[in-house]
Parts: sequence; structure tokens; C-alpha cells
Amino acid sequence: MKRWLSKNLIKVYATLAFIYLFIPIAYTMAFSFNNAGKSNLTWRGFTWANWQNPCGAPQVCNALGNSLKIGGLATLIATILGTMIAFALGRHRFRGRSVVNILIFLPMATPEIVLGASLLAMFLNLGINPGFWPTVIAHVMFCISFVVVTVKARIASLDPKLEEAAMDLYATEAETFRRVTLPLVMPGIFGAALLAFSLSFDDFIITNFNSGTLTTFPKFVYISSSRGIPPQANVIGSTMFILALTIVLAGQFVSSRKNRV
Amino acid sequence: MAFVAAVAKRSGNVRGIKRPSTPYLLLIPGIAWLFMFFIYPLINLASTSTQTPAASGEVGAYVQTFRFANYIDAFSGARDQFLRSIVYALIATLLALAISYPLAYAIAFKSGKWKNLLLVLVVAPFFTSFLLRTVAWKQILGNEGPVVAVLKFLHILGPQSGLTASAFAVVTGMTYNFLPFMTLPLYASLERIDPRTLEASSDLYANGITTFRKVTFPLSLPGVVAGTLLTFIPAAGDYINATLLGNPRTKMIGNVIEARFFDIVDYPTAAALSFMLMAAILIMVMVYVRRAGTEELV
Amino acid sequence: MADAAASTKGDLTLSNLVKEFGDFRAVDDLSLVIPEGSFFALLGPSGCGKTTTLRMIAGLEEPTSGKIAIGPTDITYAKPYARPVNTVFQNYALFPHLTIFENVAFGLRRRGVKDVKEQVTKVLELVELAHLAARKPVQLSGGQQQRIAVARAIVNRPALLLLDEPLGALDLKLRRQMQIELKWIQTEVGLTFVHVTHDQEEAMTMADTIAVMNEGRIEQMGTPVELYESPKTVFVANFLGQSNLVKGKVESTNGDDLLVNVHGNRIVVPANRDFSTDNHERSVLIGIRPEKISIEHPEANTLGGGVITDISFVGVSTQFQIQMPWGQELAVFEQNDGGASHLQKGDTVSLSWKPQFTFALDGTADIDAGTSVNPEEE
Repeated sequence: MKRWLSKNLIKVYATLAFIYLFIPIAYTMAFSFNNAGKSNLTWRGFTWANWQNPCGAPQVCNALGNSLKIGGLATLIATILGTMIAFALGRHRFRGRSVVNILIFLPMATPEIVLGASLLAMFLNLGINPGFWPTVIAHVMFCISFVVVTVKARIASLDPKLEEAAMDLYATEAETFRRVTLPLVMPGIFGAALLAFSLSFDDFIITNFNSGTLTTFPKFVYISSSRGIPPQANVIGSTMFILALTIVLAGQFVSSRKNRV
Repeated sequence: MAFVAAVAKRSGNVRGIKRPSTPYLLLIPGIAWLFMFFIYPLINLASTSTQTPAASGEVGAYVQTFRFANYIDAFSGARDQFLRSIVYALIATLLALAISYPLAYAIAFKSGKWKNLLLVLVVAPFFTSFLLRTVAWKQILGNEGPVVAVLKFLHILGPQSGLTASAFAVVTGMTYNFLPFMTLPLYASLERIDPRTLEASSDLYANGITTFRKVTFPLSLPGVVAGTLLTFIPAAGDYINATLLGNPRTKMIGNVIEARFFDIVDYPTAAALSFMLMAAILIMVMVYVRRAGTEELV
Repeated sequence: MADAAASTKGDLTLSNLVKEFGDFRAVDDLSLVIPEGSFFALLGPSGCGKTTTLRMIAGLEEPTSGKIAIGPTDITYAKPYARPVNTVFQNYALFPHLTIFENVAFGLRRRGVKDVKEQVTKVLELVELAHLAARKPVQLSGGQQQRIAVARAIVNRPALLLLDEPLGALDLKLRRQMQIELKWIQTEVGLTFVHVTHDQEEAMTMADTIAVMNEGRIEQMGTPVELYESPKTVFVANFLGQSNLVKGKVESTNGDDLLVNVHGNRIVVPANRDFSTDNHERSVLIGIRPEKISIEHPEANTLGGGVITDISFVGVSTQFQIQMPWGQELAVFEQNDGGASHLQKGDTVSLSWKPQFTFALDGTADIDAGTSVNPEEE
């Protein structure tokens, strides 16, 4: 027994860590089936009702819709801008590289509250009311760096010989980019977009500063947390979890099939 | 010689066709965005931080008077929260490291064909909302939750005491919420280690602990540095955990900044506190990175 | 100036080619003509400038000065996609996201060729991999990937096919097989092949003409036999196979022969095999290949008093290390036909060889040039 434990200590530890990781998830999922009535703080019996009508609680789906719209727009813009920067850094030598690198790093090293507060102060100074577009602008700003870092890593792992081979095989610069570089960097861009979307969708602090009266999903949860959030929010949280897990696992399955020898 | 000169001339022409402007064209939109919505707001915030209330006395109206004493006032008014933020963030970072390192190690070296699946599972909990997870912890640790019930049954906890609304709950929430930022970089650097170097170490008379101390850990150091930074920075500025899981005596600097901004409409103090937080984090990061000897952050 | 501008066929002409990277001169005033339809090898240790030369021909690197032409057409500054040159890259550089068929079809499609399917199928049949057309590169073995890389290039019928260490990633046995196959493909398609390698055996097996490069310059160019039997520099003598080089002083000339005093022994060197370039009445290095030396049979050239210090049996031959009275170690390879089997470590022997195998090089040259480079290092 002692021998077994010392041999498998790390596996036991990892299993415990996984249990710890999943406790709140299990809790969130379980309470999505709670027949909650007015308060979802304690268990009051099982029901399918919340899953059958996830928009049943007032405001929940409105907040979700706002989050999806903001997340979609911010992801689109940040992915395009970030990918362009990543190509400049990954494929070109130019003056001011290190300045650009620092500028990309800084937003990641700045606490969200500083990002949120500084943007709001600027918007107020300029007489712009917080709301939908200021929130999109803010989300693009903090997502760009993560896109750059992700796509740049992918570009760096690309063998430059492949682009040379394409040029050698009569592809012009533009054709080389379209037929070889872009398809090979695409998984990195896709991953960056997923990351940007999840960062945007999950953001509370920066959103709280810049969204004014607009309610996003995390904001909705925050506001209603004192009374226990409605179980419909748990339904949405659980759905997001299952959806993301499915996308990632499907992606892994496809890529492992592709690379099978 | 004329031949060489002719060639040189010609090559000059050809080089002109290559566009050195390409990288700048790629950079302009994104960098402009960062200048307008990151750098400029910071400058604006710096300017706000030395303003004083306008003579009109109107709420939220301030004029620039370059009053740097704002910083001293702001700090003395929020010293406890400031220090608490740093201390909580440090404890949460260390706890996250203690939890994540064995986990990342197990996934990198002991998981075999389950590696990718386990990696997905590490990140999976964070696909649900940050807020939902924190609220879940609040209820799990709450007075009507299972943890308190068990602890009371075992008489570890007195009948009148609880776990939430405490520093313990705040740090627990922070540790949990920033865990993937620790685990992923750790995994990335551990996974890069060639298992043969570990075999070579044991071949060269190092036992398990020495191998870890002299080979594995030093090789995983970039991951440790990246992970601790990625955990510490958001943890120090966080106020959600403090709000949802804490009490008035566990308030962090984020709570103060938020309250100054929204409740008191005291922009200069909020701005000064923001800058001090940013400066404190940047200084700590720089010292730390220097000492750890890694500059690969981006 | 070795500028063969008059060439009107598809010969490749490099004239005074120079490539500098900062202060480093990778290719130094290189001039040569590679005849159409030949199998040409650029051979040299890593860092000798052979790959840079190849990349300039492919258009992947711009020369600092000089000229590159195919027949009458100057392609010095043409873009890689605008020249009739294709490359088989080291490690192949197959496009991982495309099928084998699309990899091979890539160049045809870019050029807007009509019968893509027909041509791709034909070339895949030539390399005997038509059944793998639908696979992705990662699903192929190293040898198969290598053949696809060749197919992808030759399907375009370029005036010139460049091969950059094409067999470097393969194991020894597969390498031998691919050498023969590449040679066969070259005869089959009749294209000019320019092959860059650090492997002297590979170069000798495949090429009609070899240029040995060192420090950005061509040391010597010729057929494999010429280079091996009559190396003109110490570098070539040592880099291509193994040579015994011994210092000597020319004493006199006797008809068509030079008489050289080598540590008190008189060695005969045919005057037409004297490749030294400075003045007579001088010191020379006399050279003899290890397999030309006999321990048993007396010949006109003899060095006596050697002591066997090491014997290694390598199958087809036995290799002896012999310490000469002046301290230098010489190598002797004896065929395993029973002649030298009784020899043992410590035996004192005489080394003899026929004068026509001897060659003479500059006595002022570094006797170790071309030996200390590790040809496997890349």
C-alpha cells in the first residue's frame, strides 16, 4: 500500500486536483436543474423547466445576446488586427520591432481595472457615453495582444522553406501567401479567435467600467448574485461549457485523424 | 570593373521593388488602436491623477493643478487595501503554483495517450463564466453549503462560524479562478523537456529529488516565471472575488478604485491608485524577471 | 574572366558570383559553366558556400555581385517563380496541408498548365508512388517523401533541377538506393541536375562533374576519377577520400620525372603529376593514396623503416597505421586477399608504390587542410 502510494502519488494528487477543478462546474450544472422558485441558493427539487425555457428569467437572454454580439465583433476586429501585427513581427525585420513588442506586452501586464478605468475616463472626457461601442472598443484593445502572441507563435513554428518551395514552384508572393502561408497559419488564427472570444465573453471588470447601463452576461450574474442567480443563468453557463468542450474535443479529434500515420 | 558596377546599379533597382513599407502597413491599424485606446487613455489617466475639484463644486468636475500630493493622499487612504491586494495575490499565486506544478508534471510525463484530453479538461472549467464559478464557490462554501455542514458535523467549525465572507474564501476563489494561467505555461515548458535528460540525470547517480532540483525544475523555470506572472497580475487587480466572497475587511485595491470611480466620483484618487497599482506590479515584475533570468515574456 | 556569355544552349553560367552576409564572404568570386544535361555536384564541408550558391541559382538569395545565366538569359535578379529552376529541398519542404497529388500539381497549377492530372499521374508513376496520391505528406516514409519532392520538382520540366542535400535525412541503406534511383531519373528525364552535398561518396557515385568548394571558392573541378586520382590541392586530396602527404624537396629532373628527396629516400614523381604551383628548387608535398601502397611488393618508390602501430579489419580491406622514422603516421589499405594477413602490431615494414600513382602539391600548403572538417556536421 505504501509502495503503491509512493509510486502513484503524483497521479493521486492530479486526480484530486481535477476533482477540485470540477467542483464548481458540477455545482453550476446541478443547480441548473434546481426547481428554484425565487432563490437558487438551496436545492429545492429537480426540474427540466429551466432547460426547456432558458430565457425564462427576465434579462438573462438579453444579457447573453449582448455578450455574444460584443464577443463576436471584438473577436472579428481583434483577430484581424492582431494577425496583421503577428505577420509583421513574424515575417519582417524592421526598425522599432522592440517598441512594438513592448506595446503588445504592456496591455497583458496591466491590471484590468486600470485598463477599464483609464478607458472610461477618456470616454467621459471626450463626452462619449459608455455603452455598446465603447465596450467593443475596450474588448478589442485587450484581445489584440493575446491574438498577436498566439498567431506569432504559429508563424514562428512555420518552416520558411515551405514558402521558398512555393516560390520555387512558380507561386508569386501573393499566391504563396494565399496557398501556403495562410492555410498553415490558419489553425493559429482560429485558436486566437477562440481565445479572444472567450476572453471577451467572460470579461467583467473592463466591461463594468465601459458598458454603462448595458447588461452583459457576467454583469447580469454579478448583479443578481446577492439573491442567488436564477437557474437559467446556470443553464447558459453549462451550455457554454459543453459547447466549448465539444468544439475543442472535435478539433482535437479532427487534427489527430489528419495526422494519423 | 564596369561589369560589376553595372550589376550593382541593377541590383539597386531591383531592391527598390521590395517594399520595406509592408511591415508598417500591417502594423498601423492594430498599433493605432492600441495607441488610441490603451496608451492615450493611460496618459489621460495620468493627467487626471493630479487634478483637483473644480471651483464650481459640481460633482465629477476637476481641473488640472498638478497636485502630486494626490498620490500621497490616495495611498494613505488605501494603504491597507493596497498591501492586502499584494499579499492575497502572492498567496494565491503560490497556492496556484503548488496545485498546478504536480498537475502539469503529471500531464506532461505520466498521462500517456490521455495527454491531450487531460489538457482540455484542465482548461474546460474555465469555459463557464468567471462570475458563475465564483458564485458557485460562494454557495459551496456558504453557511447552507455542504462544506460548512461537514465541518460543523466534525466539530472542526463552531456552530456560529462560517467560511464565506472571509479572507480564506477570497484567496480560495482567486487561487481557483486564475489556475489555468498557471497550469498552461507550466505544462508548455515541462512538455518541452526531453525525458531522456531526466534519464541521463538518474543515469548520472542523481536520485528522484536531485533530478527534480537540478534538472526538471531549472528547465521548467520559464514556465514558472510566465505562470506566476500571468496569475499574479490579474489577481492583484481583481475585486470580484473580494466582493462576492469577502467582507468589508477583505476589500482590495480594485474595490477602492471602483468605488472611487462610481460611488464617490473621485476620479483623481481613482487615477492615482490605478497608477500606483500598475507601477507596483511593473516594478515587481521587472525585479522578478531579472532575478529569474528570463526575458522571454512575449 | 570565365564568362561563357557566348553559350546559347541551356548551360548554366555563373560569372564572378559574390555573396556577402555582413562582413562574411560566403561565396567569393565564383565562376563556372555547367553544361546542359549534366549531373553536376557541388561538394564541400558545411559553411563552404555551396548552399548559398544553390540558393542564388534558385533565386532565394540575391547575389552581392556577379551574374547568373541559363543559356543566353540573364536570371541574376529574376524572382524565384520567374526562372525555369526547381529545387528539391533539404528535408523536402512538402506542403503538409496538401495531398501528395496537390503537392506535385502545385507548380503546374501556378503556371496554368492544362493537363495537370495526366502529368502528375505520369510523374508519380515514374517515382512509383501513384498509389499514394491521396495521402498527406506526414503519412509517407522518409524515402517516399524524398521521391515526392523530386517528382514535385521534375514535373515542371525545369531547365535546371537543384538538389540541396536531398538524401541527408535518409539512413545509409536507403541513401544508396536513392542515389541509384536519382541517377536513373536524371538519365530518364534528361534535365540538368545540380546537386549540393557534403558527402563525397554520394557526389562521386552520382555526378559526372564535381566542383569541390572551400571557403566560398572552387578548389578543383573535374570528373570523380580526375579529382580522386589527381587532386590539385591539399584540401581536395584530404577531403575526397584519404591521402598520405609527406614533405619533400625536389632534387632534380630526370626526363619526364621529378626526383624528390623525402626524409632521405628518393621518390619519383611523374612531371605531369606535379601540381605544385610555385617555383622549382623548392619543397613539395608528395601524395599517395593509402590503397596504392603495398607493404609486401617492392616498387620503384619505397619508404622504409615504418612500424605498424594499429591494424583495423574493415571487411574488404585491412587498414594499417604506420609510424615512419620521422614520426609521421601514414595509412595503408591492403586488400584482404591473403597477402598481408600475417602482419602484426610492432612489425617493421617498408611502404612501396608505383611512381605513376604519386602526385606533388605545394610544399607551403597546410598539410591538414580538409581533414579537420567533419563532413557529417551540418
